[in-house]
Amino acid sequence: MQYSRKVMDHFMNPRNVGEIENPDGIGTCGNPVCGDLMTFHIKVEPQSDDLNAARISQIRFKTFGCGAAIAVASMASEMAQGKTLSEVIQMSRDDVAKSLDGLPPIKMHCSNIGVQAIQEAIKDYLKRIGRQDLAGQVKGCPKEPH
Amino acid sequence: MAREEKCIYLDNNATTPIDPRVLDAMLPYFHTMPGNPSSIHAAGLKARQAVESARERVSTLLDCRSDEIYFTSGGTESDNIAIKGTCFAQEERKKIITSSIEHHAVLTVCEYMQKFGYELVKVPVDRHGIVDLDFLNRAVDERTLLVSIMHANNETGTIEPIQKISKITHRHGAIFHTDAVQTVGKIPIDTDTLMVDMLSLSGHKFYGPKGVGALYVRRGIRFDPLAHGGHHERSKRAGTENVPGIIGLGEACSIALNEMTAEELRLKILRDRLWQSISEKIPKVSLNGHPTERLSGTLNFSVEYVEGESMLLKLDLEGICASSGSACTSGSLEASHVLVAMGIPHALAHGSLRFSLGRFNTEKDIDAVIDVLPGIVEKLREISPLYGR
Repeated sequence: MQYSRKVMDHFMNPRNVGEIENPDGIGTCGNPVCGDLMTFHIKVEPQSDDLNAARISQIRFKTFGCGAAIAVASMASEMAQGKTLSEVIQMSRDDVAKSLDGLPPIKMHCSNIGVQAIQEAIKDYLKRIGRQDLAGQVKGCPKEPH
Repeated sequence: MAREEKCIYLDNNATTPIDPRVLDAMLPYFHTMPGNPSSIHAAGLKARQAVESARERVSTLLDCRSDEIYFTSGGTESDNIAIKGTCFAQEERKKIITSSIEHHAVLTVCEYMQKFGYELVKVPVDRHGIVDLDFLNRAVDERTLLVSIMHANNETGTIEPIQKISKITHRHGAIFHTDAVQTVGKIPIDTDTLMVDMLSLSGHKFYGPKGVGALYVRRGIRFDPLAHGGHHERSKRAGTENVPGIIGLGEACSIALNEMTAEELRLKILRDRLWQSISEKIPKVSLNGHPTERLSGTLNFSVEYVEGESMLLKLDLEGICASSGSACTSGSLEASHVLVAMGIPHALAHGSLRFSLGRFNTEKDIDAVIDVLPGIVEKLREISPLYGR
């Protein structure tokens, strides 16, 4: 598999691996049937429902998947760290792929689900603080990953 | 990632390095022996003699007559000629039977023939990858033209009960073809004992060159050529012969015939030691394939909670070349159709690894895998959301 140096770097030394005790939100995307699964834990500060004020203060992930999936999760976690929720909601899969200096075409769809998984965690956070209405507006993980 | 250094090559079911003795036999035919076997001058005659001598050597390995051997470009072409060629040579029978675990060189061809009105039946396999003989028995009928079932599977190494399959096939007068790309040169093959009508083989799977193979066709079996043109290969496969390749294939057959028995035993000892160490050092691994009816160099197993490509990448960085049945390595988005057909759950199919040992592997190669694999698995499990749930 031809991966960029950046992909290999994040694959070999993934950033922000793990889980958070008492997270403010948990998001999962993918499933083991497709061969890629990601789970993100986030902490949000300040605990606000103002998407432009609340920021991801801490982020951790775990991934079952190929080299690309691990690199995507790691890169997406770095990109989301410290950003406001509204900034993360606007992030796209292409942003992650670009930051990794590209992904092989076949990996663009299935493995590139880091952003969606983090957005799922944001949805979870918004639900926990009672803003189902806002949670409903966040795209998150598609039901059919293929 | 491109690797300049020499790798520990444990992917011999994908392809093998050429044996230096094979290379030596081939080299003169690239330059100093330039003849076209169809030419009548001395150089042409020499090339013709060399090609016919190679045909003898292939037929000796298969225990058949030399005029039952047709040289091709490899396993895929042989499979194509066997399946399409028999279909195109007749109009009465319109049913093809194959198995769910065939190589794509057979599966895709069989599926393609549905476009021409052929009914296709795929025989399921059990959890070890052995075809369901009762199912086959019910499926074969007087409308069946061809049954094509592989001798041994490339992913798991499971060896099919070919003799029983040919008996069932012949009961209704159908033709039996086997893709023996993984077994020729590795285990003894006698076309009469196995009762096969057609058999595909490929040079590069047993230390011959890439780009050459052969199709065995029992006398009396009718098939049409796919490549029309000159009178090469008794008008069944037109095109100037790949002389160096054919010479190499012949040499590879002779070497295999002499060394097969000892080599099979040597590989089995190495492979069993590898599996024993892996299953001792790594918890939650499971063997894929038949415990005993299996090629002696093939080891396929699943590692729970971890995906195959990520293991392969880390092995590659340690200089070890292996293979996996994960979607990521198949070029498609599906896990191995072979493992799935055996009833192995998708997550475990994605987490499969295949080490296929060959002539140039030694004890040291096995030690290298045993040294690094447990650490690789542990690291990947640490970041897996499925682990420790």
